[in-house]
Amino acid sequence: MLYTKYQTVMIYFDKVSKIYPDNSVALDKITFSIEPQEFVSIVGHSGAGKTTLLKMLLAEDKPTEGKVFIESTDIHSLRAKDINNFRRSIGVVFQDFRLLSNKTVFENIAFAMEVAGRSEEEIQADVPYVLNLVDLSNKVWNFPHELSGGEKQRVAIARAIVNQPDIIIADEPTGNLDPVNTYEIVQILKKINDLGTMVILTTHNKGVIDSLARRVLTMENGRIIRDSKEGTYVI
Amino acid sequence: MFRTNLKRIAKSGFFGFFRNGFVSLSSVLVMIITLSVIGSVVFFGAILNVSLEEIRNKVDVNVYFVTTALEEDVLVIKDSLEVLPEVADVTYVSREEELASFRVRHENDQFTLQALDELGENPLGAKLNIKAKEPQQYEGISTFLQGENILSKNGTVIVDNVNYLKNKDAIDKLSQIIASAGRFGFIFTLILVVMSTLITFNTIRLVIFISREEISVMRLVGASALYIRGPFVVSGIMYGIVAGLVTLIIFYPFTLWLGKLTEDFFIGLNLFDYYISNFAQVFLLVVGSGIVIGAVSSYLAVKRYLKI
Repeated sequence: MLYTKYQTVMIYFDKVSKIYPDNSVALDKITFSIEPQEFVSIVGHSGAGKTTLLKMLLAEDKPTEGKVFIESTDIHSLRAKDINNFRRSIGVVFQDFRLLSNKTVFENIAFAMEVAGRSEEEIQADVPYVLNLVDLSNKVWNFPHELSGGEKQRVAIARAIVNQPDIIIADEPTGNLDPVNTYEIVQILKKINDLGTMVILTTHNKGVIDSLARRVLTMENGRIIRDSKEGTYVI
Repeated sequence: MFRTNLKRIAKSGFFGFFRNGFVSLSSVLVMIITLSVIGSVVFFGAILNVSLEEIRNKVDVNVYFVTTALEEDVLVIKDSLEVLPEVADVTYVSREEELASFRVRHENDQFTLQALDELGENPLGAKLNIKAKEPQQYEGISTFLQGENILSKNGTVIVDNVNYLKNKDAIDKLSQIIASAGRFGFIFTLILVVMSTLITFNTIRLVIFISREEISVMRLVGASALYIRGPFVVSGIMYGIVAGLVTLIIFYPFTLWLGKLTEDFFIGLNLFDYYISNFAQVFLLVVGSGIVIGAVSSYLAVKRYLKI
């Protein structure tokens, strides 16, 4: 089965459960959908199942039961090569940045483009462009260890958006940042969403959720206990 | 696209090698030890071969003839021995040469020389020194010499004594030692090579273990297994090349220092001359082993972190 890149994608979780070998239930028959270009925040205590849910979406782990669809494609039935193609259509931002430590800022972003098979000309044109978008034009040749937390996260965002993905997944991207950097990162994510990319955000930050005033899914014990259109942070 | 990817992989591996300076240094150092062991195997093998060859050359069978044996009869036997497939060389020592060498051997032993002079005639018979191609073949040669075909033209027995039977135990023992030394040397070297290769493999595994988080990130941005593995394999090859070159440089003063020692001790083999004259083979073996060990270790070590 081939994964085709869509301009606007829809995600559908169909009764997805994840039970680990020690019988702990991380996800319990979860069913929900995310519309194209939507900005969805997922909130919940630690261990509520947020990270497992994102792992299912990235085909990093397989569900015990149920299916995850991107448009009409069940992503867990994709072959290894197609999983690579699928992942190239998703931009991921992690709490701990996960930049490649022995590559410069430029090379970190170029790496995502290289694996997507983009040409040198495209790389030379697009990398400075996205670095400008996240306001890091002056740090092109720095290594990650020479950057602050906020700068690292902006590099991670630049890497996530450089291939113009269908979906951006941000897994607690502000968890390690101060309020000023948190605000800036959220503004960048909002801007990305305004330009037409679906954003899925997990966070513990009440201020972020309340300021966004977008759809909020609240998780508890592996289930979605609340789904509010213009939600606030309620646990 | 394939060429572009290859170029990107090579570039990434190359930069990775230098940017992970300390980690690369430790891998190279461990690999130098492995390659030194592998290189030493060549030198050890050369020393062993030359020594064994020399010992083999020292073993021979002497056939002593009766004093009345005619030179032409002895030379006929010499010719018949030379056509035997197991015989490497036969040297004829005449009665006069035997007497001369006896006198030289006993030049400080006046009593013996005096007794010899009193005899008035040469009591020593002619002699044939026979060298076999393999130590195990002396028995066959000795049997041949005891046979009835060793008679003079007129049918009398002219062989006085074959010293193989007296030396049989010593020769058998030496044959065994030579065979065991070869076997032991081979097993010992094999163990050393396997051990040092495993140590290098584990060092490279540790190096890649440090990068496991980065490998998972590469996987999550959609990099293919080949694209992730490639730079690590390139770095592994670079460990091999650098370690190989350093090892060859270290061998230069090392063999120079050992050269005189081995020349005196191991019957004429100068290790330094051997190294210089066989440099191409040693270069290929050491650098080639480094490249193979580096590449294979990296390839296998990355495998377990690709399962995302």
